[in-house]
Amino acid sequence: MAWTGLSIGLDAFSYGMVLFIISIGLSIMMGLMRVVNLAHGAFAMIGGYLASFALKNAGVGYPLAIVLAVLGTIAIAFPLEFLLYRRIYRKSDELTQILLTIGIAFVIIGVANYILGPTTKSIPLPALLSGPVDLGFRMIPAHRIFVMICGVCTAGLLWLLIDRTEFGIRLRAAVDNGDMAESLGIKTQILFSATFALAVGLAAFGGVVGAELLPVEPFYALRYMVTFLVVVSVGGAGSIPGAVAASILLGLADTTGKYLAPEYGEFFFYLAVILVVFLFPNGLLGRRH
Amino acid sequence: MSLRFGLVGAVAIATAWMSPAQCDTIKVGIIGTMSGPYALFGQNFKHGIDAWVAKRGSKVGDHQIEFVYRDEESPNPAKSKSLAQELIVKEKVQYIAGLYFTPDALAVAPLLEEAKVPMIVMNAATSAIVEKSPYIVRTSFTMWQNTVPAAKVAKARAAKKVAIAVSDYGPGIDAEAAFKKTFEADGGTIVQSIRMPLNTTDFGPIMQRIKDSGADMIFTFLPAGPPTLGFVKAYIDNGLKASGVKLLSTGDVVTEPDLPTIGDSGVGILSTYHYAVSHESPENKAFLADLIKAGAKPDDITMASVAAYDGARLIYKMVEATNGQKDPDKALAAVKGMTWVSPRGPVSIDPDTRHIRQNVYLREVVKQDGKLLNKELQTFDAQPDWGLAKN
Repeated sequence: MAWTGLSIGLDAFSYGMVLFIISIGLSIMMGLMRVVNLAHGAFAMIGGYLASFALKNAGVGYPLAIVLAVLGTIAIAFPLEFLLYRRIYRKSDELTQILLTIGIAFVIIGVANYILGPTTKSIPLPALLSGPVDLGFRMIPAHRIFVMICGVCTAGLLWLLIDRTEFGIRLRAAVDNGDMAESLGIKTQILFSATFALAVGLAAFGGVVGAELLPVEPFYALRYMVTFLVVVSVGGAGSIPGAVAASILLGLADTTGKYLAPEYGEFFFYLAVILVVFLFPNGLLGRRH
Repeated sequence: MSLRFGLVGAVAIATAWMSPAQCDTIKVGIIGTMSGPYALFGQNFKHGIDAWVAKRGSKVGDHQIEFVYRDEESPNPAKSKSLAQELIVKEKVQYIAGLYFTPDALAVAPLLEEAKVPMIVMNAATSAIVEKSPYIVRTSFTMWQNTVPAAKVAKARAAKKVAIAVSDYGPGIDAEAAFKKTFEADGGTIVQSIRMPLNTTDFGPIMQRIKDSGADMIFTFLPAGPPTLGFVKAYIDNGLKASGVKLLSTGDVVTEPDLPTIGDSGVGILSTYHYAVSHESPENKAFLADLIKAGAKPDDITMASVAAYDGARLIYKMVEATNGQKDPDKALAAVKGMTWVSPRGPVSIDPDTRHIRQNVYLREVVKQDGKLLNKELQTFDAQPDWGLAKN
């Protein structure tokens, strides 16, 4: 029984870490820049496609493929930032943001479907990360261990970046009072562009390492968007510890439900969501704004 | 509603009266998933039909045959019904064909008798569809048809305890019922029966549950698409394959376009299905060549193209039998009991159920010349739809 609990816990934690890596970029966009970016899933998907292409057609190694996917996605997203997103940071109303970003998501889906076709694209894993690892009480996919490590590192580094660096201090200042920060000589435009790149890069990273659980195909962009948004609203937009807590909690609810009562589907996942949002209307660790 | 139906009928009768016997165009409406996540199968419909037209010509006698395509997109009964109405009233089609999803086929069925339009189902695989109208004939397969042989395979391979894991919707429940009934009748035990929600992507916990149940074989059905891949990977990566639990499925889980993505670790997976792209026969060889000529990519060919190819054959036969006139009873009578050699093997239309009777093959995923394919190991001859067979 204890082993079963630990076993569920492991599955829950690894699933939660995938949710975290992809959702944290969205959380940053929503919390710090006040942009409800419904195209976030589309950027994660682009990351997945680029990694798949780099591995299968260009023949590069897995670590390099991840780097190329992240940089490539940022490069693809940059013109969108320059031409479109820049207009909707902080100031515009939600409806404009939603119409714009879901439009971008649809365009990306259409282009992906047209160029790459509707089938799932795989991201082949290196030998080190494929196959099962025997933990004594159960076997676990090696890839899941890798995902857990990635999740923990991402959370730690992000926390350092936003809480402990000059960049983080400036960013938080610009978020709290943009006009004041500007008049103190902080270039908010550049800060926001950099943060946008960070959010998109994280999406792409999550799209690549999470591809085993969330397979890459054109409708990825919208299929999992609700899940990502739920993680952000349960955790509280903009809060890294909040996103970690929400990811683990939701991963646990989903995995336990699947193990004990699979026929209930996502019942337990959404039950957890309803309870949390009922008790903490701003998310677990969100700020009122 | 009734006014609209009346209109459909009136127009249909009027067209039947007016259509000249010679040098005319007979339209066939194809409803298929031409875009969206299942676009692959809509393209398969089109390529299958194009291959038939390329082989047989676009004329039957003096009648020019024209195919009109409409996009079903997703399981969307309301949309499919209005597409069918539009095809009947505006395009004045004499036949409707295609239909990837069961709910869509069921939505179109009530229109057929009044409009006097036969429907050739080229995929939707729930047994009951053909019972909804005497004007429906099906060239694809049903879950029962493919699953009953799977249960026999499980028995023959000495499986004692089987865990069933199926997608929680119509065809999945059909597959579960068919396997359970056949396997238990043969003296086997089902230790777990899991219905997985259609949108499941993380199968780790389900694999753990199956492992804890002590099963020595898994029988599974999921509709072809992204989740099948996740299921197979979870089976391998959670160590079930390594610890000797066998995986048996219907061919939907290992369709040829998905095999490269499943990768080498998929070697050894058993499945039962009515068509493998690698099927060895002169008919299949010619068929594949025609498909590629029609614009199909070799790696994107699935069972939907062969169902469309044979469906087009039935339509030509119906046009020939009725000499281009709108006479659905005569058209149906002409194909009941029809026998021919399809690219999938010898087939016939069961005169009682109007469903296709065909061989079902046991296949194993193997790697041949660097390419993964479903190699046929054993043939179950002339299987009826076990879900409809009167016993």
